[in-house]
Amino acid sequence: MWLYILKRLVQGVITVWFIATATFFAMHNVPGDPLLNDRAVTESIRANLEAKYGLDQPLARQYLIYLGNLARGDFGISFTQENREVNDIIRHHFPVSAILGVLAVVFAAVGGVLWGALTSLYRNRLPDYVIMFLVILGISVPSFVIAALSQLALVNLNSLVGHTVLPVAGWGTLSHMLVPALVLGLGTMAYLTRLMRSSMLEVIGSDYVRTAKAKGLPATRIFARHQLRNAILPVITVLGPAIAAITTGGFVVELVFAIPGLGRFFVEAVQQLDYTVIMGTTVFYGAFLVFMVIVVDVLYGIVDPRVRLE
Amino acid sequence: MAEPDVADFTPLTAGAEKQELSRPSLSYWQDAWIRLKANRRALTSLYIVIALLLFTVLGPWLWQVDPGLQDLDQISQPPGTDRRAVIVEDYQPWYGESGLTDVNGLHLARPATTQAVRLKWDVLPGASGHRVYRNLFPIGPELAFGVPLAEIYDNDTLYFEDRLDLRPGIYYYSVVALDPDGQIIDSFETIEVQVQRVTTREEAVQRGLIASDSELGIGDRILLDLHPLGTDYLGRDMLARLMAGARVSLFIGIGAPLLFVLFGMAYGSMAGFLGGRVDSAMMRFADFVVALPFLLFMILFKIAFGIGPGESGVFPMLVALVLLMWPATARLVRGQILQFREQGYIAASRLLGARTVYLVLRHMIPNTLGVVLVTLTFAIPSAIFTEAFLSFIGMGVAPPTPSWGSMSNEGIKTMLTHPHELVFPALFISVTVLAFNLLGDGLRDALDARMRNQE
Amino acid sequence: MTGKPEIQLTEQNFTRRAGRQLALYAVYSLLALIVLVYLLSLVSGGSGLSGSAIDADSNTITISLREEPPQLDSGRATDAASFVVIAHTMEGLLGYDDNSQLVPGVAERWEIREDGATFWLRDNARWSDGKPVTAHDFVFSWQRVVNPATGSEYSFILYSIRNAEAINNGELPVSYLGVRAVDDYTLEVEFERPTPYFEKLAAFSTYYPLREDFFNSTNGRYGADADMLLYNGPYVVSEWVHNASMRWEKNPFYWNDKKGFLDAINVGYITQDVNAKLNLFKDGQIVDTHLVAPMLPSAMEQRWHIQLFMEGTVFFLEFNHRDGRLTDNHHFRKALQLAQDPAELVYKALKEASYLPAPSLFPEFIQGVNGPFRKEYPPPEHRLNLAEARRHLELARQELGLDEFPPLVLLSGDTPVAMVAAEYYQALYKKNLGLDILIDAQIFKQRLAKMTSGDFDIVLAGWGPDYDDALTFGDLFASWNLNNRGRYNNPRMDELVRIAQSSLDPKTRMDAFGEIQQLIYDDAVIIPMYERGWSYVVDPRLKGFKRRSIGPEVDYNYAYIDVDGE
Repeated sequence: MWLYILKRLVQGVITVWFIATATFFAMHNVPGDPLLNDRAVTESIRANLEAKYGLDQPLARQYLIYLGNLARGDFGISFTQENREVNDIIRHHFPVSAILGVLAVVFAAVGGVLWGALTSLYRNRLPDYVIMFLVILGISVPSFVIAALSQLALVNLNSLVGHTVLPVAGWGTLSHMLVPALVLGLGTMAYLTRLMRSSMLEVIGSDYVRTAKAKGLPATRIFARHQLRNAILPVITVLGPAIAAITTGGFVVELVFAIPGLGRFFVEAVQQLDYTVIMGTTVFYGAFLVFMVIVVDVLYGIVDPRVRLE
Repeated sequence: MAEPDVADFTPLTAGAEKQELSRPSLSYWQDAWIRLKANRRALTSLYIVIALLLFTVLGPWLWQVDPGLQDLDQISQPPGTDRRAVIVEDYQPWYGESGLTDVNGLHLARPATTQAVRLKWDVLPGASGHRVYRNLFPIGPELAFGVPLAEIYDNDTLYFEDRLDLRPGIYYYSVVALDPDGQIIDSFETIEVQVQRVTTREEAVQRGLIASDSELGIGDRILLDLHPLGTDYLGRDMLARLMAGARVSLFIGIGAPLLFVLFGMAYGSMAGFLGGRVDSAMMRFADFVVALPFLLFMILFKIAFGIGPGESGVFPMLVALVLLMWPATARLVRGQILQFREQGYIAASRLLGARTVYLVLRHMIPNTLGVVLVTLTFAIPSAIFTEAFLSFIGMGVAPPTPSWGSMSNEGIKTMLTHPHELVFPALFISVTVLAFNLLGDGLRDALDARMRNQE
Repeated sequence: MTGKPEIQLTEQNFTRRAGRQLALYAVYSLLALIVLVYLLSLVSGGSGLSGSAIDADSNTITISLREEPPQLDSGRATDAASFVVIAHTMEGLLGYDDNSQLVPGVAERWEIREDGATFWLRDNARWSDGKPVTAHDFVFSWQRVVNPATGSEYSFILYSIRNAEAINNGELPVSYLGVRAVDDYTLEVEFERPTPYFEKLAAFSTYYPLREDFFNSTNGRYGADADMLLYNGPYVVSEWVHNASMRWEKNPFYWNDKKGFLDAINVGYITQDVNAKLNLFKDGQIVDTHLVAPMLPSAMEQRWHIQLFMEGTVFFLEFNHRDGRLTDNHHFRKALQLAQDPAELVYKALKEASYLPAPSLFPEFIQGVNGPFRKEYPPPEHRLNLAEARRHLELARQELGLDEFPPLVLLSGDTPVAMVAAEYYQALYKKNLGLDILIDAQIFKQRLAKMTSGDFDIVLAGWGPDYDDALTFGDLFASWNLNNRGRYNNPRMDELVRIAQSSLDPKTRMDAFGEIQQLIYDDAVIIPMYERGWSYVVDPRLKGFKRRSIGPEVDYNYAYIDVDGE
C-alpha cells in the first residue's frame, strides 16, 4: 500500500507540474498588459516595474524562474496588491473558502443521505414527491439566482423580526457561514439525495435485506445496518470530487455574500490580469484537487475492504 | 391420435415456412424506444426538448422581431402593459418659457408626458437655490422627497425639465429650498403629476406603427409595438431575445457536449483498442486534463483566447469547454472497449476475418453508443450551467449577443423593479436543464437494463 | 400490542420504525453539525465584526469599502479605495474642510510665487509614534515619488517641481529635485515653470509626507500591512485583515480637534456588490450605501432621504486620431457627433438619476475666474441634427474615397454601464447613419492595452479630476500627454494648454480653457456622454458625512454621531 501511495504522489507532482505549465502559457498568451493603469506612466517607470516582476526576461527564462520558485513553494508578489506575497494571499483567503466548502459538503452529505433515505422509505408517497420536487428545483435553478434570492429572503426575515437574526453578508462569525454554506451545498445535496434514493431502492430489493427480514431481525437494525450502511457507500465515492468542486466553485456565493474567499479573489485578479495571483491560485487549487483525490482514494481503500490498492 | 404417414416425413421446402415469431424482432434501439415511451416523465421531457429546439429554430421565423431593435419608448416593460400612446410633437429643447403667466408656485408648464415633465416655480422663501426631487409616493410626514434630480445654486433658474425614464403613472415632484451651503432648509412645494404615455409621429412612422401618409396626427391615439413577454433595459423585445439567446445557450449547451463526446469517443476507443503503453500514456494525459481546476481554467481560457471586436465569444467558450471536458467520455469509452475486446462475438468476428477498423466501427463503437448517449444528455445541463455561470461573473458571451445566462445576469440587477427580466431567462435555463436531466434518467433506464434503478 | 411484533413485519410497520430511526439520526447529525459549526467558527480567521452601523456607546461606526486597498503607501496609491483610507489616516501640507475649501494641514501658512513656494509647517503636527512631522519628511517623500525606482504612477503630478520630470525619466539623480528643508519647519519649493495652482496640487495624497527612518525599517514592505505604516492623520489603521475588514482608531497624537470625532471606524465589509451593500444597509450593518437606478423605487418606499452627489468624473467617446483611421477624418467625427444626443443615452438607456448628460469635457464643479467655469464659459450648445450629420458623412465618404464605410470598432470596458452604453451606440449609429459598429468589450487591463496601442476606432473612456483646477481636465488632449490615448495632435490645442499651464493671470488661463472647450466641440475630439454622480443614503444618526469629487470619494473625517438626529 505504501508503494501505491508513493506512486500516486509522484503522479500527483507530475500533474501539478502540468497544471503549472498550462497555466503559465495560457496566462502569457493573454492579450493585455498587467502593468498598465488608468494614469499612463513614463518609459523609465515602466522599465523599473518590468524588472521588478521579471517581465523583461525572455519567456523561456521566465518559465524556468517560475518553476524554480514554484519548487520552493514561492508564488511571487502580487501585481495589484503590491508588497503582498501570493503565498500570503492564499494563506489568508484559502481557509475561508475551505471552511465554507467543508461546511457546504457536510450540509450536502448529511442532507443528501437523510433526505435520500427518507424518500426511499416513503417512496411514491407525499414526502417522496415533495422532496423530489425540491431536489429537482435544486438541480435546475442556477446557483446565482438561488444565492440572490436567499440573500433577499434574509433581509426580509431580519426586517420582519426587527433585528439581525442572520447577517446578510460578510464573514467572521458562525452565523455568517450558515446560509452561504447551505446555498453552496444545495446543488450537491440535491444530487446526493437522488443518488442515495436510488442506491437505497437497490439495497431494499436485495437478497440480504430479504434474508434479514426473514430472519426476524428488528426493523431498526435492518434499516440501519443492512440498508443505510450499504446504500451510503456509492455516496461516499462521489464525495471526494464533490468537495473539490464545491471548494473551487464558490465564486458565486463568495461574490453575492461578500465573503473574502479565494474564489472571489481569483475573479478580481483575472479582471486585473494579476499574473502571479492567477497562476498561484490556479496551481494551488490544482494541487489541492489532485491531493484531495489521492487522499479520498486511499481512504476509500481503507474503509472498503473490497477495493484493493495497487 | 392420427398415425403418421409418409407425408409427414418429407423435408420442408427451403424458405417456405420459417420459424414463426410471435412478436416482431426488436433491435436494441427499438427496444429502448419502447421502454422510453413507457416512462412518462422522460417522454414529457423529450417533448419539452423538442419544443425548445422548435422555439429556437422556428421561433424567429414565426416571431419576426429583431432582437437587437431598441424600442426606447417602452423600456423594461413587463408583459401586458397598456400600449396606448398619444402622438405629440417632436421634442424641442426648453429654456423655461411658459404660456401660463398667471400661475404661481410650483406648476407644470405643459401637460406631463413620457417625453418630458416641465416644471416651473417661484423663489421659495429664504432660498438661495433649489433642489428638485421626484418620488413615486407622496412625501408624507417624514418629508421623504424621493430621488434628487437636480440642484440649482442660484435663484435665476426657476424651471426644470425631467426626461429621466418617465413611465405612465403618477409622480410627486418637490422643489426644496437650499441655503448658501447647499443644505436643505424647511421650505418646499410639492405637486402630484399624472404622466401620459406619448410618442412622436416620426417615431411611429419609423416603427411602422402608422403609414407615412396616414391621417393620424398630433393628439391622436395609437398602439405601440406589441411585446408579448415585455422588454428589457434597452426596450428590446424579450421574446425575440429569448429566442436569440436560446440559439447561443443551446448551441453551447448541445454543441460543446456533442463535440467533446465525439472527441472523447475517438480518443477513448483508440486508447482502449491499441492498449498497452500507448493506452497508459494516453490515459495519463487525460488524467492531467481532469486535474485542471475546471472553472478557473474556463475563466483563464476565456481571457487567453481573447474576444475580438464584434465577436460573440461563443466559439472560444465552445473550444474551452471541449478542451476541458473530453476526458470523462474518453475514460468511459475506453473502459467499455476494454470490456468488449474480450467478448466472444469479437473473437468470432475476428475469426471470420474482420479487420480492426471494421471491428471498432461495426461492433465496439455501436455498443458504446447507449452509454455515450446518456453521458451526452447529462453533459448538456452542465454545459448550459457553465455558460450561465460565466455570464454571471461577467466572463460570458460578449454583448450585444444575448444568451440566457447573460440575460439572467442583467435581470438580476433589476430583480426587484422588473422581475420579468430575470424570471424568463432563468425559467428557460431551469426548464432546459430539468428536461435534459429527466430525459437522461429515462435514457439511462431505457438503454441499459443494468443501470436501471428500481422504481 | 401484540407480544411478537417482529414477526408481523408489515411494510407500514417497518417504515414507521425505520422512519423513527432516521429521525433519530437526523437529530444526531444536527447536534454534530452544531458542534462542527462552532469549532469551525473558532478556527476561521474573521474578525467577527458583526456590530451595528452605529454604536453610540463606543462612538464607533461601521462602513464598507468598495475594494481592498492594494497598499496604503501614499506616494504610490492610485485607486479610490486607497485614497479613502489615506485621507483618513494621513495629512498633507494642505487639506479640504467640510465645505470642500482648501485649508491648512501640516502647513500653517504658505506662499506661492512665480518661481517657487514656501510652506511653514506647524510644530504640533505629530506622527502616530509621537515624533513631530518635519519638512525633511516631505523632502524624503517627494524625492522618493519621483525616483523612477519607486515606480509611482502619479509621479507626473509633481512635475511642476524643478527637475522632477528629468529625475523621473532617470536623467538626473533624485538630489536635484527642487525641494529642500530650510529647517525642520520650513519647506522651500522651486518650480520648473510657474504653477499658480500649486497649493491645490500640494493637497493631493502623492504629496503626503513619509519619514525616512520608518520607511527604511519596513524593508520594502511599506504600506503593505497595518504595522508597516506610520500615520499623521486623524485616524490610524489598527487592524487590517486583507480583503475582509479594517479598523481605524482615533490617532491620539493628531493636532486638529476639528476633525476625527469618532473613536473608531470599522470597515466591516469590502465588497463591490451594490446589492450586498444595500442589504447590509437595510439590515443596519453599515452607515451609508449608494443606490443604483433599480434600487430607487424601494428606497422611496422605505421613505429614505436620498441624496445626490456629483463625482466630477466625465465619460466620453474618445476617437482614435492616429493616421489611417476613419476617425482621423474631421467630417466623419462630426457626423458621429451630430447624430447623437447624450440626453437620450442618459435618460433612456442608462436611466441613472444621478448621471448628467455632459455637454463638455469640463464637469460642473470646475471653477472659473469668479464662479463656476461653465457659467462663465457656457459649453457649445449641442442638438441632434441628422441632416447635418449625413451631410458630414457624405463629405467624409468623398474625402476618404470610400464606397462603403467599413465597420467601426467600439472598444469598451466590461462594466454593466459601459456595456449598456456600447449597445446603445451600436443601435443608434446603425439607425441614424447606417454605420456598423463592432463592440469590443474587454476587461480593464486589456482595454487599457488596446487604448495604449491604438487598437480601436472609438473607445468608451472617462476622466476624473486629480486636483481642484480646470487643468486636471484641460491638458488631457495635449499632444505630449500620455493619457491622450487617441493621440489627438493639434498645435492650437498644445498652445492653449501651455498658456493654461503657466499663465499667472486667472482670466487668461480661463479664456484658454474656454477655447479648449470650444475646440474640443468644433473639432469633435471626443463626444462627451455623461458626468457621473451617485444617489446615496446615510444613516440619519450620522452627521457630517461628506462625499467629494477631489480627494476621497467618501469622507468620515468630519462625521459624528447624533442619536436624536432622526
